[in-house]
Amino acid sequence: MSTDVMNDPHDSVHKHEHEDGHDDHGHNDSGPTTVFGFWLYLMTDCILFASVFATYAVLMTATAGSVSGKDIFELDYVLVETFALLFSSITYGFAMIAGQKGSKGGVINWLIVTFIFGAIFIGMEINEFHHLIVEGYGPSTSAFLSAFFALVGMHGLHVTAGLIWMIIMILQVSRQGLTPQVNTRLTCLSLFWHFLDIVWICVFTVVYLLGTL
Amino acid sequence: MFGKLTLDAIPFHEPILLFTFAAVALGGLVVVAGLTYFRKWGYLWTEWLTSVDHKKIGVMYITVAIVMLLRGFADAIMMRSQQALATGGAAGYLPPEHYDQIFTAHGTIMIIFMAMPFMIGLMNIAVPLQIGARDVAFPFLNSLSFWLFVSGVILINLSLFVGEFGRTGWVAYPPLSGIAYSPGVGVDYYIWALQLSGIGTTLTGINFLVTVFKMRAPGMKLMQMPIFTWTCTFANILIAASFPILTAALGLLTLDRYLDFHFFTNEAGGNAMMYINLFWAWGHPEVYILVLPAFGVFSEVISTFTGKRLFGYAAMVWASAAITVLGFVVWLHHFFTMGSGANVNAFFGIATMIISIPTGVKLFNWLFTMYRGRLRFTTPVLWTIGFMVTFSIGGMTGVLLAVPGADFVLHNSLFLIAHFHNTIIGGAVFGYLAGFVFWFPKAFGFTLNEKWGKAAFWFWCSGFYVAFMPLYVLGFMGMTRRLNHTDNPEWTPWLYVAFVGAVLILCGILCQLIQLYVSIRDRKQNLDLTGDPWNGHTLEWSTSSPPPFYNFAQLPTVHDIDSFTDMKEKGIAYQRPEKYTAIHMPKNTSAGVFMGGFATVMGFALIWHIWWLAAVGLLGLFASLLSRAFDNDVDYYVQPDEIERIETAHLAHIKQA
Amino acid sequence: MSESLHTEHAASHGSVKSYMIGFLLSVVLTVIPFWLVMAHVLPKGLTLVTIFLFAIVQVLVHLKYFLHLDFSTDGRWNTLSFIFTMLVIVMLVGLSIWIIFSANALMM
Repeated sequence: MSTDVMNDPHDSVHKHEHEDGHDDHGHNDSGPTTVFGFWLYLMTDCILFASVFATYAVLMTATAGSVSGKDIFELDYVLVETFALLFSSITYGFAMIAGQKGSKGGVINWLIVTFIFGAIFIGMEINEFHHLIVEGYGPSTSAFLSAFFALVGMHGLHVTAGLIWMIIMILQVSRQGLTPQVNTRLTCLSLFWHFLDIVWICVFTVVYLLGTL
Repeated sequence: MFGKLTLDAIPFHEPILLFTFAAVALGGLVVVAGLTYFRKWGYLWTEWLTSVDHKKIGVMYITVAIVMLLRGFADAIMMRSQQALATGGAAGYLPPEHYDQIFTAHGTIMIIFMAMPFMIGLMNIAVPLQIGARDVAFPFLNSLSFWLFVSGVILINLSLFVGEFGRTGWVAYPPLSGIAYSPGVGVDYYIWALQLSGIGTTLTGINFLVTVFKMRAPGMKLMQMPIFTWTCTFANILIAASFPILTAALGLLTLDRYLDFHFFTNEAGGNAMMYINLFWAWGHPEVYILVLPAFGVFSEVISTFTGKRLFGYAAMVWASAAITVLGFVVWLHHFFTMGSGANVNAFFGIATMIISIPTGVKLFNWLFTMYRGRLRFTTPVLWTIGFMVTFSIGGMTGVLLAVPGADFVLHNSLFLIAHFHNTIIGGAVFGYLAGFVFWFPKAFGFTLNEKWGKAAFWFWCSGFYVAFMPLYVLGFMGMTRRLNHTDNPEWTPWLYVAFVGAVLILCGILCQLIQLYVSIRDRKQNLDLTGDPWNGHTLEWSTSSPPPFYNFAQLPTVHDIDSFTDMKEKGIAYQRPEKYTAIHMPKNTSAGVFMGGFATVMGFALIWHIWWLAAVGLLGLFASLLSRAFDNDVDYYVQPDEIERIETAHLAHIKQA
Repeated sequence: MSESLHTEHAASHGSVKSYMIGFLLSVVLTVIPFWLVMAHVLPKGLTLVTIFLFAIVQVLVHLKYFLHLDFSTDGRWNTLSFIFTMLVIVMLVGLSIWIIFSANALMM
């Protein structure tokens, strides 16, 4: 531990520069530890999704005389949504690579591109929900539709949270630069974003493809 | 403007509630006046409420747990007295709608707001010290977890005086808990109190998992972690893996109640059995979350007070691991009678019986640790021996209930009530109380009075048997749970005996309160100067009592499971390092308090459908989080001269002792 | 010290090439199951099995190329915790479906 720079505890710049060196000395917010903690949070989120997936699987056929998945799902529309999310995954990857190169502008630009793709996905999802509700197939119609709206909506809420987080990170990168703390947060958001893509793979397979089959 | 909230929500017409309210208000006034008179508000705020120190957070958890124990026990003794009075056709003194709220509150409080915080409190105090860390991995998150838990506590206690609590039993099965059959706010109080504190618990689980995986003292391998740390780690794995299921189940029930979804309703294809399924997929791991750390306490206590190394350390760790995994494949035994058929019931019945094997392994390990040891009969040891006898009985009745055929007869009878109190009181609570006496000197610097502690044990233990053995009998006689009044003369004597048992437990609790009073009064005579009052084995005893806020001036190097014993044998305990170096510590923060406060406001507003206030709560929560995220002034360095001053004083104390 | 740690960290976090490989694989693994279902190429049972297999493979692709999960000393606990989570999910979802479907079957 480098004690020589610790004389001024108020100088946060100094501290952050030496952050990585402290993690074996009881420093409490060092990068790898935070990322591991965030990863464990994602695991709990996985189980949250799994519970709702199980509920969907149980209620999938409980259409109560109303529509089933076959009647309402439009696969070409879902394919476009899927690609919006997939593109946003790779553009986030480019943001991370720009971050490794230390290019602040690169990170911000790629985050903006990612944000746009994510917003397209959310916009399309809201549009789909809106159409269904207007046509009288809202979540109150049947247990199947309740489960559909809850599962897809929960994923959508996560993506929305990710978008808000992305705005905050764009602000932080532009104001604070690529400090170790900001980099750690970018890594966590990266995990979150790619994790949501994985959940979406399960959603389009279990909900849309299986429902149309 | 105020949603469903009107003045009618305050139960003026209930004399019991009014009296309770007066007592609580008076007590609150005394506390507030006392704090003001002694000018302790600033101290309370800066040293405790905003603290991110794991030891202080642990103390606060246990303080709240003890308060909630008193409330939960008040519910218990009301139920026992009601059933004793309302037998043989009498009506008793509690009308059904009130009685139903009492048993719902009793279950919810004892599991979620008494046992959980007691366990998490002990874990907070002991685990970072046992692994030689300076704090948990995320100290602010720890504070946030605590305050989310407190917001749950506030909501459940508010339900006593504003509105009502659920009348559904602590499991809140739909369709009874759905909006059609429970249109009031009772179930909403239940949902939001559990949801908020449950999220806090999930965060605690994550926090402590990262702590033990990333922050162990240099040299400490995983298979050298103290056994209490191990059992807490398994409990945390279970928390991380099972609490999200509760979050989901409650979330879906919320959608049913608030937005007319149809997951668990009778209409539109809903399936209430899915709630029961999800609830117990969390609920069963939950009981292992409660009991595994208690097993850890018993292991520490028995090896410390026999002066021997724990017998079968590796077997103990692997048995806990087996319980952790098996805990996820047994949940259906809570609803054998649902009708999933013989194959399903057989699978879960057999899985349940298999769990008794690793538990049996543990029991033999404790027995072999005691064998030829020099047992000191202190209070923690009494709790441990009481546990070993009581828990064995509870385990055996559990194996009985694991037989689906037997369960069909005993389901929802008082036999079941006796069984799970047998395991939770005789297993978890005895363990926490043992841990309380065991680590009290570490947290406060003086030991507890042994005479009153032993008296408390004997009242609790005998009270337990007198209160719950009659319930086994009543279960065999066909009495079901949650009855408000009965008319069977054969049950009457047993109900009287059970009431006497509850009174004996009351005496036990009173003894503990007296024990606390006497110990604080005589603290000067019982000071723990060395930091090692019991000749302990693990690292928490190597530092002073109470430990300095940075725990260890120099991180210890670990070579053995019983690392402090190892140091004492090698003569390197209490060694003064050549030079003290600066220590990086987190600053206290009020962000956790504010986020807990906003969460409470949001929960209250959602319960009463005050939508604008709910939005205020949510925005406040988000704003507090943001301001924390943009705050870079979160840590500081403790300077070597300050450390040297504290450590020199401690070393002088050791010489003196 | 922080400099060297930082570059080590970066090395394990993928390159343009690895992201592109992951992306192209994902495109293929997405398009084929959609095509199978939309064009009714295979019999129903076989399609069902195939789309689930494709989903599992794509999840693995994402884990490797986007989330950089591996068995290195740094990432071991991440991978182990993921495997444990999958075990819990298989038990939770599988047993839940078994329980409820069995109950439904007996009540029909």
